[in-house]
Amino acid sequence: MSVLIDRNTKVLVQGMGKTGRFHTDKAIAYGTQMVGAVHPSRAGQVEVFTGETDPSGVPNRPPMYDVEVPIFRSVAEAVAGTQATATVVYVPPPFAADAIMEAADAGVELIVAVTEGVPVSDMVLAKRYLEGRNVRLVGPNCPGVITPQQCKIGIMPGYIHTPGKIGVVSRSGTLTYEAVHQLTLNGLGQTTAIGIGGDPVNGTNFVDCLTMFNDDPETNGVLMIGEIGGNAEEEAAEWITANMTKPVAGFIAGTTAPPGKRMGHAGAIISGGMGTAEAKIAVLTEAGVVMAPTPTDMGSAMLKAMQR
Amino acid sequence: MKIHEYQAKALMAAGGIPVPAGTVARTVDEAVAAVRPLIESSGNPVVVVKSQIHAGGRGKGHFVEHPDVSGVNVVLDGIEGGIPAAEAKVREYATAMLGSTLVTIQTGPEGKVVSRLYIEGGIDIATELYLSVLLDRSTSHNIIMASTEGGTEIEVVADETPEKILRTEIDPAFGLLDFQARNIAYGLGFEGDAFRNGVRFMKAITELAMDLDTDLLEINPLVVTTDGQVMALDGKMAFEANALFRHPELVELRDETEEDPAEAEAKEYGLSFISLDGTIGCMVNGAGLAMATMDIINYVGGEPANFLDVGGGAEKDQIVEAFKLITADPKVKGIFVNIFGGIMRCDIIAEGVVAAVKEVGLEVPLVVRLEGTNVELGKQIIDESGLNVVSAEDMKDGATKIVELAR
Repeated sequence: MSVLIDRNTKVLVQGMGKTGRFHTDKAIAYGTQMVGAVHPSRAGQVEVFTGETDPSGVPNRPPMYDVEVPIFRSVAEAVAGTQATATVVYVPPPFAADAIMEAADAGVELIVAVTEGVPVSDMVLAKRYLEGRNVRLVGPNCPGVITPQQCKIGIMPGYIHTPGKIGVVSRSGTLTYEAVHQLTLNGLGQTTAIGIGGDPVNGTNFVDCLTMFNDDPETNGVLMIGEIGGNAEEEAAEWITANMTKPVAGFIAGTTAPPGKRMGHAGAIISGGMGTAEAKIAVLTEAGVVMAPTPTDMGSAMLKAMQR
Repeated sequence: MKIHEYQAKALMAAGGIPVPAGTVARTVDEAVAAVRPLIESSGNPVVVVKSQIHAGGRGKGHFVEHPDVSGVNVVLDGIEGGIPAAEAKVREYATAMLGSTLVTIQTGPEGKVVSRLYIEGGIDIATELYLSVLLDRSTSHNIIMASTEGGTEIEVVADETPEKILRTEIDPAFGLLDFQARNIAYGLGFEGDAFRNGVRFMKAITELAMDLDTDLLEINPLVVTTDGQVMALDGKMAFEANALFRHPELVELRDETEEDPAEAEAKEYGLSFISLDGTIGCMVNGAGLAMATMDIINYVGGEPANFLDVGGGAEKDQIVEAFKLITADPKVKGIFVNIFGGIMRCDIIAEGVVAAVKEVGLEVPLVVRLEGTNVELGKQIIDESGLNVVSAEDMKDGATKIVELAR
């Protein structure tokens, strides 16, 4: 088991530009079932992907792949034609929210929005549109979701992951790679790693992921990586205290960030004394989360949490 | 992107929101010339001279060169002396303020040089209130925050008397509904004309915030005048950078003199850069990792000189530019390059670093930590370059080494 995605997940791609094409190729090399693409003016064409199989991906595949991905003019037609249940959005920022809403309307169950720079006001509307629909949005501005050796949706390098026991959830991209790499090196491995993204308005938060990992029989512990800004970590701490039955380790980036400055991520800002790393570390520690003092110690903090 | 008060007020006025009459002035003569028309058109002999900088706390701030002059000055001389007396006093203030450095609680001790003044007509204030429109991250909806405690910083009100803050959630599908606007007006104690004007004000301000994609729209104080008008006496607006593509008219309002030149230059190259006070320059890929790199430098006893995220897909040119930005800072005593290559390949970073050092030169120690895609190739490029570069095993090792070398 894993959460959100596994080897049977069929995935669409929205936004087949340079970035979309590049990562679709990497996903196919990893063994992800990329079954269709959406492009309003290129419907009826096929996009061909060939290359060497990624040895770190789905096992027992031929050494080379040659895959044709059909292009549809709408998500609804792509779903009807492929039975896809997931989609990945690489559509440029001005059109990303529309792409998300289109996918939700077409009945896609999982939308992974990688696009960085989507206007917050667009996401406020898109999230409102998603209310009451049976859909989960991950992102935007996120690396994506991966279940090692089964399915990779997004831009993370596949080979640093290894199947294992830990659920990973993070607001950051490269810091997630750092964490996953440490879990691979110390043998714990990952069930599923979810990048929830660095934007102030996102589809899936820490509590959503903690809930899924808590319910997943194969996940034995969770590593959560937060950062300054907002109160998602504080809400997570509250949820952990009330509900979590599995060990949790964590790291919060931004202890040294000056107030009032946006640290790269749109959501990473300390405003009016709220959202500091110190406050987040304090409430998570209080909730029993083993906090890594430095990013190099994330893997060992997880080991420590598992041994408690 | 922040704008000045006078620009925010012009946008509000265009959106049907009452603001006092005013004129922006960049010279002493312009400031003086603004006085007569303001007094003649309103009949009110009072004018206010306000410093225009991208920071709050101006009223309580003071000038380095003139410690007795505040950032905002009310000129009452016109009451008895008429327009000539008001003009003389405005000349005195403008001479002191323009070109001088204003220090407020938000500018930091170095302050900000005032190059624009806003000369505003006086109004007769009955009550001062607070109003803002901003994003509530826990609900992903915008909210209106209103309070009867005008003129006080909202953080202080939230801390000391949180029950005095009214929060109204705006459903993005419907905007602010009439009954919600009425409830805010009741909550603020508006009556009679002020009530009707207040309801209209709430609706208009919400619409303006939505139309312009503001990050923050704050009016402190919002005032009720003695004749029942509801007016924005101050106006702070910041716009969401990601939405500026649909507001070319707002981009025009940008004041580059208010921005850190290094940060602005970085933006041109698609780099995310923030200057800090320490001595260790950092070059990292990814915002979270860049923040964590600053933290770990601090953890091992050093101080970061900057936050620098080269992004996920940086090319060689951007790496060279990033290097130039770091080395241009005279405080930098050592550089730490920390890369976890995912999409960005370590060999590209290594080539960029080598090219940068050859172009810019290297007078301080450099520690490079590479991990991820094509790491071996990256390390090989660094080793074979013949440059004086120290390799690190992991982040902590790299941070420890650079902090020691930079001592």
